[in-house]
Amino acid sequence: MEKRFWNEYQKEIADDHYFYERSCIRQTFFPGSEAAFLRILRDELGKDICDNPHQHTCTGIGYHSDVVPFETTMTVVARLFSLMTECGYENYVPSCVTSFGVFSEMIEKWENDPKLLEQARQYLWEATKREFKIPKNIAHPSDIIYKFRFDLKPKMKYQLVNRFTGKPLRVVEHIGCHYAKIFPDRGVGKAEFPYVLAGMIEAWGGEVIDYPERRHCCGFGFRQYLVQENRGYSIANTKKKFQSMEPYEPDFILTNCPGCSMFLDKWQYTIAEMEHKTYDKEGYGIPVLTYEELTGLLLGYDPWKLGLQLHQVQSERLFNKIGIAYNPDEKYKGISGRLLPRPDRPECLRQD
Amino acid sequence: MKSVSIIGAGPAGIEAAYVLAKQGVAVSLFEKSSSPLKNIADKAFLFPNFAAATDIVEQMNRKLLNANIAQHLDTDIVGIVREGEQGWKLSDSHGNSYYSDAVLLATGYTPFDAHRKEELGYGIYGGVITSLEMEKMIRYNQIVNSLGEKPKRVVFLQCVGSRDEKTGNHYCSKVCCVTAVKQAIEMKKQLPDTEAYIFYMDLRMWGQHFEELYRQSQQEYGVRYVRGRISEASGTFDGRVQIKAEDTLMGLPLKMTTDLLVLMVGMEASEGTRCLAKAAGICGEYGFAQSSDPHLGDCLTSQKGLYVCGTCKRPMSINDVVNDARAAAFAILEG
Repeated sequence: MEKRFWNEYQKEIADDHYFYERSCIRQTFFPGSEAAFLRILRDELGKDICDNPHQHTCTGIGYHSDVVPFETTMTVVARLFSLMTECGYENYVPSCVTSFGVFSEMIEKWENDPKLLEQARQYLWEATKREFKIPKNIAHPSDIIYKFRFDLKPKMKYQLVNRFTGKPLRVVEHIGCHYAKIFPDRGVGKAEFPYVLAGMIEAWGGEVIDYPERRHCCGFGFRQYLVQENRGYSIANTKKKFQSMEPYEPDFILTNCPGCSMFLDKWQYTIAEMEHKTYDKEGYGIPVLTYEELTGLLLGYDPWKLGLQLHQVQSERLFNKIGIAYNPDEKYKGISGRLLPRPDRPECLRQD
Repeated sequence: MKSVSIIGAGPAGIEAAYVLAKQGVAVSLFEKSSSPLKNIADKAFLFPNFAAATDIVEQMNRKLLNANIAQHLDTDIVGIVREGEQGWKLSDSHGNSYYSDAVLLATGYTPFDAHRKEELGYGIYGGVITSLEMEKMIRYNQIVNSLGEKPKRVVFLQCVGSRDEKTGNHYCSKVCCVTAVKQAIEMKKQLPDTEAYIFYMDLRMWGQHFEELYRQSQQEYGVRYVRGRISEASGTFDGRVQIKAEDTLMGLPLKMTTDLLVLMVGMEASEGTRCLAKAAGICGEYGFAQSSDPHLGDCLTSQKGLYVCGTCKRPMSINDVVNDARAAAFAILEG
């Protein structure tokens, strides 16, 4: 990589007073990520962020799978915006990249077709007697962490440096397709080389790997995965990415999309089971982190409270490289303090 | 016509200046660079007959010497305004003014900046170069990949910055198709064992001998053609370039690695063309200068005493530019 110029494009990201919208699936697969984001914003950055208990799905997965009609999605989006309006906020922050794409799409459609906007207002009123304002700013949470990456850096206990070699950790970053591929100007660095995660990695001492299939889909792709007969396409996409990144020997993968995090993590087990192949040298797999997990880890949060034990590929080797303190005895301790049953160890994927 | 100011000392400006000076007109030729013919100075050979660009440059320079032309090099004309009924006033970036009865705009083009197509990796991966850089490599017999080694495969991609919705340039740059054919042949002459691929939408072989050149490239030199645009280029672990495309004749996606990816960059209106066409009120599409009529008044403009020729109007080949310049000169002489 000779020159980097794509990071010059910066989108507008609000400074404070955010309305947070949670993801449907993230709390299942990465249960600590959203809580970590709220903690980082409130405790580390002193920001105001509203976590409204009345929120619900954006319908994104159903919408992109053609099982939820456009009008329904539009009205559901309108209801979510009405919650934000009622709470007195103007800056919308959807946790999920798919939601981010759905909201961006609706606003774009409303701006280009005012009749559609009127229709959305009418449907929402008829269904719920609610009204809404279009947000002044929509930013993905990764945009916000990116925006404040240098404010967070002095608070961090660790850097993305291999403590044994003193060299920067080598990181694959993977951006969700719906972050910038639908509307390039909504993503930091635009669509071809989004800089949102790369900016965090570089700011915190790591090195971004630029590999040939960097922009390729993770393999989620909605219908590729949701229709069982199509899952071969899904895993073939993921395999293509791993084959491409393998020679660069990444220390971990960083993502900003629920689907990408899940598939890049869990398909590693499936590929190992099917083909007895892992894409690290020693058979452990490559850890996949969300940007909230990474930020929390570097800030010194307990890895187990971030939910890292629930990943398919375990991260202890990464902790050791960075020097992150953790207590292996507490890995499976529940909130009540009682030890939970240990999950079975996969035979095809090594764990310490 | 007693005096004419010509802005731009490329092939168009020089040819028109020569014709006018030979007819006794007082010609002032303005060029913002320190030397004339900047856009063809680094070219190797010109299509369709592989004439050495150095010969063309030499002949053009001889014309400059053999006619009574007042040359103003390093003079950036930034202002143009009509003074009264008869004359024109030009002003340069240093505040100097120049007066003449007529002005000929020959401010030319600028090559498309390939950085704008960031998905093609120009400026990011060393193996991605432009057709201008390839031309230099051919000229100096130094066709090498990013590691300085002889390439095993070279891929040429047509229509970079032309016929492209994304960059806002919907027009065809006209010369890139045949330039790629010519460069592929030149490359094969120097490196016969190197594979050459040309990715295209359609090949516009509009000029005399162009079609023959296209056939010759396949039959004699083994250049391979793929109908499809490249969607992205990425660097590989071993310093090569991976490209993805769709072969639209086969109806299949395609992925290959190459040592060099040559982007055939199109023509855009130069900064001088944009600025002066706007100032003079003859701004056409895409920043090019607008002539008054494409059939019978292609060198005339809506402004009396203001003429246009060459690639400041639209993309053209060098031979078309030279003919157009002569036409402009005779239009000026006719008044």
